[in-house]
Amino acid sequence: MNQSHTYWNNMLTTACRMILLSILCYANTAFASTTDHTKLDELKGPFANGPEVTKACLACHNKAALQVNHSIHGTWEYDHPKTGQKLGKRKVINSFCGNVVSNEPRCTSCHASYGWRDMTKKPPMATDENMTDCLVCHDTTGEYTKWPTGAGHPLYKPKKKKDKTHMPPDLAKIAQNIGMPGRENCGSCHYYGGGGDNVKHGDLSSALNNPSKHVDVHMDKDGLNFTCSKCHVADEHKWAGSHYSLRATDIEGTGKPGERRNSASCESCHGLEPHPKNSVIGLKINHHTDKVACETCHIPEYAKGGVATKTYWDWSSADKSGKKGEGIEDYVQGDGKHRHGYLKHKGIFKYGEDVKPYYAWFDGQIEYTNTDRKIDPTKVVEVNMIKGSYDDPDSRIWPFKRMQGRQAYDKVNNNLVYTQVWGPKTKTAFWTNFDWQKSITTAMKKGGKPYSGEFGFVDTYMYWPTTHMVSPKEEALRCKECHAEEGRLKDVNIPYMPGTGKTKLLDLIGMLAILGTLIGVFGHAIIRRITARMRNS
Amino acid sequence: MAIHTIQIYRRFERIWHWSQAVFIFTLVFTGLAIHGTHDLIDFGLAVTIHTIVALVLLVLWAFVTFWLFTTGEWRQYVPSMTAKCRGNMLTMARYYSYGIFKGEHHPYEKTMLRKHNPLQMITYLLLKIAIFPSIWISGIAYLLLSIGMVDPFGFISLGTIAIIHTIAAIAVIVFIIAHIYLLTTGHSFKEHVMPMITGDDKVDLTKDQYDYLLANEPNKVKFD
Repeated sequence: MNQSHTYWNNMLTTACRMILLSILCYANTAFASTTDHTKLDELKGPFANGPEVTKACLACHNKAALQVNHSIHGTWEYDHPKTGQKLGKRKVINSFCGNVVSNEPRCTSCHASYGWRDMTKKPPMATDENMTDCLVCHDTTGEYTKWPTGAGHPLYKPKKKKDKTHMPPDLAKIAQNIGMPGRENCGSCHYYGGGGDNVKHGDLSSALNNPSKHVDVHMDKDGLNFTCSKCHVADEHKWAGSHYSLRATDIEGTGKPGERRNSASCESCHGLEPHPKNSVIGLKINHHTDKVACETCHIPEYAKGGVATKTYWDWSSADKSGKKGEGIEDYVQGDGKHRHGYLKHKGIFKYGEDVKPYYAWFDGQIEYTNTDRKIDPTKVVEVNMIKGSYDDPDSRIWPFKRMQGRQAYDKVNNNLVYTQVWGPKTKTAFWTNFDWQKSITTAMKKGGKPYSGEFGFVDTYMYWPTTHMVSPKEEALRCKECHAEEGRLKDVNIPYMPGTGKTKLLDLIGMLAILGTLIGVFGHAIIRRITARMRNS
Repeated sequence: MAIHTIQIYRRFERIWHWSQAVFIFTLVFTGLAIHGTHDLIDFGLAVTIHTIVALVLLVLWAFVTFWLFTTGEWRQYVPSMTAKCRGNMLTMARYYSYGIFKGEHHPYEKTMLRKHNPLQMITYLLLKIAIFPSIWISGIAYLLLSIGMVDPFGFISLGTIAIIHTIAAIAVIVFIIAHIYLLTTGHSFKEHVMPMITGDDKVDLTKDQYDYLLANEPNKVKFD
């Protein structure tokens, strides 16, 4: 009776969810717009440049620029609420292209504005709202592209590059066809962090533009077909979800229908007990959620769908002669594309596809080893630090992409350094001049940080929480993937976990006790047999 | 005194014994799989079976406890501290470690009030008051902890609970080995097992006892 009651309860919940989901989906299409932008005279153009389009947008959407300005997309700054550390792209160091300061026009081609050429100052949009870039997020034609070295601007006139002429996008057409951001919009920056497709995150790549169910169960082009903002719910141009301070677990669970969610967590839709309660295993894994993040079982591997992620980048092997790259072959990824195994201005690379994550306790808070933190160069330096433990009720076991790097540091002051890599017309940028000393000196000076003048290279790790590319439930981890001696969590500090063979001493004692009993019993039987035979003879 | 065949194990006792045997074998098999000793069954399936069978066994034990106390059968498991009893225990120990090799006869004859020999009795008592409780109390604690009841006992960790559970399980396995082996001693394997199947065994009865049974519980008396 109870069983069937639970069963019907579950069925009812599922039915309610499905109805709710269809209402939400319907509502979302209805929300798409109440305005046909092709009919607006203001958008007829022609537009000489991006800021002119923005001016037209802001004539109606008069709070939009202010909102973007105050979002992390605008400031690239983040004051960590728990650690107090100043983070954001303006501040952090990573193990890819290093840092933004001194590399601006290249890096700021991904800023949601026009013309940010100096990281030591606020972006021009802070003082001139028209410098906000609306189109990069709202273009639906797929034709709007920020020019890689344009500090956020697209091309405004045709440009020849390597025998190919690149045409400027038709701004009027794009302006008339704006809409809510799709996966391609977010992806145009977030897929390509670190200088290429899926280089940085591992779980964010162009494979998510048209993913199969295997690649992402929520974005499945033939299924739910979610956009990014389905989970990263936006309000006033601020999005849920932060990778500096995230919720390792969302104990608040689901919100009421239509309610804004501050967290883009799995739990914010699926609740805290998402598995069916009509089986022992369902109950059991529901209660794994007090120690294990949803992502740990439901993202068994990242960099799916044929696009590899960079797993290793050795800056120390970058060299004008290119000698260190001899014999290193390209990596051919699942979709057939070649990825460089070595570039003389970047160094040696390694890649991975369908990668098993690295697992660790995580309380959601990330600290960065920026230039103001001392490092121990005799050890592998963690560019960012994840912390958490078994005893901490806010921590869960999380999956990460662990990037391995080898990058420059100050040998005297023992801290990581900024580097200037881009700057084709400068005498200091590494990619042009192949001189680390000049590159570091310039970047540190620009960033206002002390530099001793002596540099070396140090091995680094950098951690990227794996949250995307969620697999369908059939592909979720089986128990044995972790409950085994060589299981996935063998390097995670867990006091006790069945099936992992950690109770070695007890197992030995048990084995001896059982063997001892067997030997005793067999010995007894043999003596009985022998003495019986002796008596008979 | 004369030897009579009477029903010594009632139907409930036999059902208890054999279902308990099946449950314990299942629990040992699935428990070892969960512990990581073997890979012969899917981990999740092992957890499911182990949990359900353990709960069923607990229900059985609840009935057994009730039965033991209402029928007064609990007295079968209480050692008396008399010199005779202690002497009997020594006799049994002497038999298993010496007499059995000399071809001596099994020194213990079942009576109505003592259907187990003293060593058996003390072993079963140990099972009932020490080994089984430590396995089911730790098992329930483990289940409670893992369904989110945080620290029902406060001072004890999941790892410690698991270790207690494992130690008790090892003791059960050792018991099973010895238990099965001892069936081969004495008369014959078959003669040891059959009473637990049919319920009947040969027991030394006084005339008064026999007459009492004939008059009051005639269905217990078997005529060969």
